[in-house]
Amino acid sequence: MNTQAKKNFSLKAALLFVVVLLLNIFVHGAIFMLFRDSTLNPLLTALFAVIWGVAGVYLLYLSFSWAVEQFPEQISRRMLPYVFIGPAVLLLGWLLVLPALRTLYLSFFNASSDKFVGLGNYLAIFSDRLLATALRNNLLWVFVGTLACVALGLLIAILADRSSYERIAKSIIFMPMAISFVAAGVIWKFVYYYQPGTEQIGLLNAIVIALGGEPQAWVTMLQPWNNFFLIIILIWMQTGFAMVIFSAAIKGVPDDILEAARVDGAGEIRIFFRIIIPYISTTLLTVTTTIIVFTLKIFDVVMVMTGGQYDTEVVATQFYRQFFMYRNFGYGSTLAIVLLIAVLPVIYFNLRQIRKQGGF
Amino acid sequence: MAGKKKKKGKKWLVNLILGIICFIWLIPTVGLLISSFRPAADILQTGWWKVFPHQEWKTTDTIKLSRDVDLREPIEVNGKTYSDDQLKAGVKSGDERLIWENRRNREISVQEPGWVASTKLTLDNYKNVISGKEYTLKGPDGSETKEKGTGLSQAFWNTLTIAIPATVIPILIASFAAYAFAWLRFPGRKTMFAVIIAMLVVPLQVALIPVLKDYTALGLNGSYLGIWLAHSAFGLPLVTYFMYNFISQLPKDLFESAFIDGASHFTIFSRLILPLSVPALASIGIFQFLWVWNDYLVSLIFIGNQPEVQVMSMKIADLVGSRGNDWHLLTSAAFISMLMPLAIFFLLQKYFVRGLMGGSVKG
Repeated sequence: MNTQAKKNFSLKAALLFVVVLLLNIFVHGAIFMLFRDSTLNPLLTALFAVIWGVAGVYLLYLSFSWAVEQFPEQISRRMLPYVFIGPAVLLLGWLLVLPALRTLYLSFFNASSDKFVGLGNYLAIFSDRLLATALRNNLLWVFVGTLACVALGLLIAILADRSSYERIAKSIIFMPMAISFVAAGVIWKFVYYYQPGTEQIGLLNAIVIALGGEPQAWVTMLQPWNNFFLIIILIWMQTGFAMVIFSAAIKGVPDDILEAARVDGAGEIRIFFRIIIPYISTTLLTVTTTIIVFTLKIFDVVMVMTGGQYDTEVVATQFYRQFFMYRNFGYGSTLAIVLLIAVLPVIYFNLRQIRKQGGF
Repeated sequence: MAGKKKKKGKKWLVNLILGIICFIWLIPTVGLLISSFRPAADILQTGWWKVFPHQEWKTTDTIKLSRDVDLREPIEVNGKTYSDDQLKAGVKSGDERLIWENRRNREISVQEPGWVASTKLTLDNYKNVISGKEYTLKGPDGSETKEKGTGLSQAFWNTLTIAIPATVIPILIASFAAYAFAWLRFPGRKTMFAVIIAMLVVPLQVALIPVLKDYTALGLNGSYLGIWLAHSAFGLPLVTYFMYNFISQLPKDLFESAFIDGASHFTIFSRLILPLSVPALASIGIFQFLWVWNDYLVSLIFIGNQPEVQVMSMKIADLVGSRGNDWHLLTSAAFISMLMPLAIFFLLQKYFVRGLMGGSVKG
């Protein structure tokens, strides 16, 4: 009798669950169609889209939680976690995890993905001149960019710590972090701007002329140094990030250790290398990896400044070119996988770190 | 005593070096900002720094030579003789400078040094860029297409329409997931969390080709829904990780007492956890919002060249490509796109920094 009632209860709940599922699919599907075909005023569309996007997700959880609660306690307790993580797992699975595997698969096929070529694409990438340039430049970016960001960030953090206007100085250095690479590209394109003649409107060339030099087309003609002028943009943007984190870490160095060292007659430079650096070594490592990962994927700056011409191609721009312009899915996928392989150590490191901290 | 004095002397040096670095950091942005208010012709003729008072030769008089002066011979002006080359480059005579103003008409400028500043400033650049009446955009095939009155204002609203849901959706989804990972026990929990952590640094390039194929098949390309989902998925690992760190630190008693009162997990989450997480939500929300706002690659791939949903970063990149020398448009457009990030930066700096730091480093 009791089990029978429970069974009926479950059946009813299952039915309700299916109804909720269908209702959700129907309602959101209908709204989506409506949006796709509507020719409303853009502002109204935007407003509705925002409301739908935000309220829709909330109602999704609300309705499914409610439906799951209709099941007997034992079952609902087991189902609920999956309602909570379901959307995250589905979204991530569909748009990130599976695509990564599919890209790996595609990287073993030819340009139009219909013929298996084995490791052919990988061999081609390392021998093709254009692609080799991209790899070389990417190494340059990662090496020079990261080194400069970390060194400058550390220097500024130390200086700011001892200066009398720390807050405002840190704000100024950090500010470029907020803006987009595209906007930063415009800013620096203007700094590097070159026009023939003695009247230069680009700051850098004006300075060069004032110092008695010849104006240059910095990001185009000056190969291979033009890459460095692009990397400066990255340094300008990312140093603030390194600085803020180093600054917090430096403040964590106990004062009594520093005092003791000073009493013992250690100079500031000695203190820096013997005490501060070892003390913040974990932070140093984290910041370095973060910037390396970020720099590996560099795309916007190069795209806006040169479009990858004049030998400034990097892996991400070459990926875009292969994928969108040449429609070469084989090379495109392979380049993406090369980027993935480059970050594998970081993934491993992250997982180990989490396992240590949280018992995962 | 001596040590203290030495330290003070160093502080002066530290302040100076830091001041110079800050100046270098600030100057490119200042140049952009000033240029965006200068008339188009001025930007192209003189550097933006000329808006500040500076010494320059000002023409005070013009001397017209008679027709029969032979320019190949030394030329006599005001009792002194100069060669043609000297006059081309400008030659000093006392406080004054003589330079050809128009060699064909045989006119020589007499110039005196003086303080000048080209302070002509205008809002026209912004008007042009926002209303966009004057656009002609070049297509990839070289054809020119007229933009009909959309300009940056349309792109601004598009960016906002994309950025708000693309911030709220992943944060909501990730918070629910973070709550489940932190406080519920279920089979597969560890594996799934490990996968999410692994996805933290995966370059999103690895996802683009297959996702684009799916989107094309589903008709999601160039739609708001498509780009929200893409941004949500790409932001999810980070937001989940960030929210997990926060939610798992909340005191356990909180949940137990709520449970005893018979509250469901959904109620606990929406009535208790979300309000308690507001600082964390604000930090990571700002991070995600700016990430979407500043994004170029994802929009470039999933929006393509549909003008009615194009975002600002694409518009500006287009401008750079097609009108690379129209600095009056570029500078003002870039500055408009920077308004939102800069406002957030200056108004919500505390959350902004925390979000960025948590965005890559635990803590």
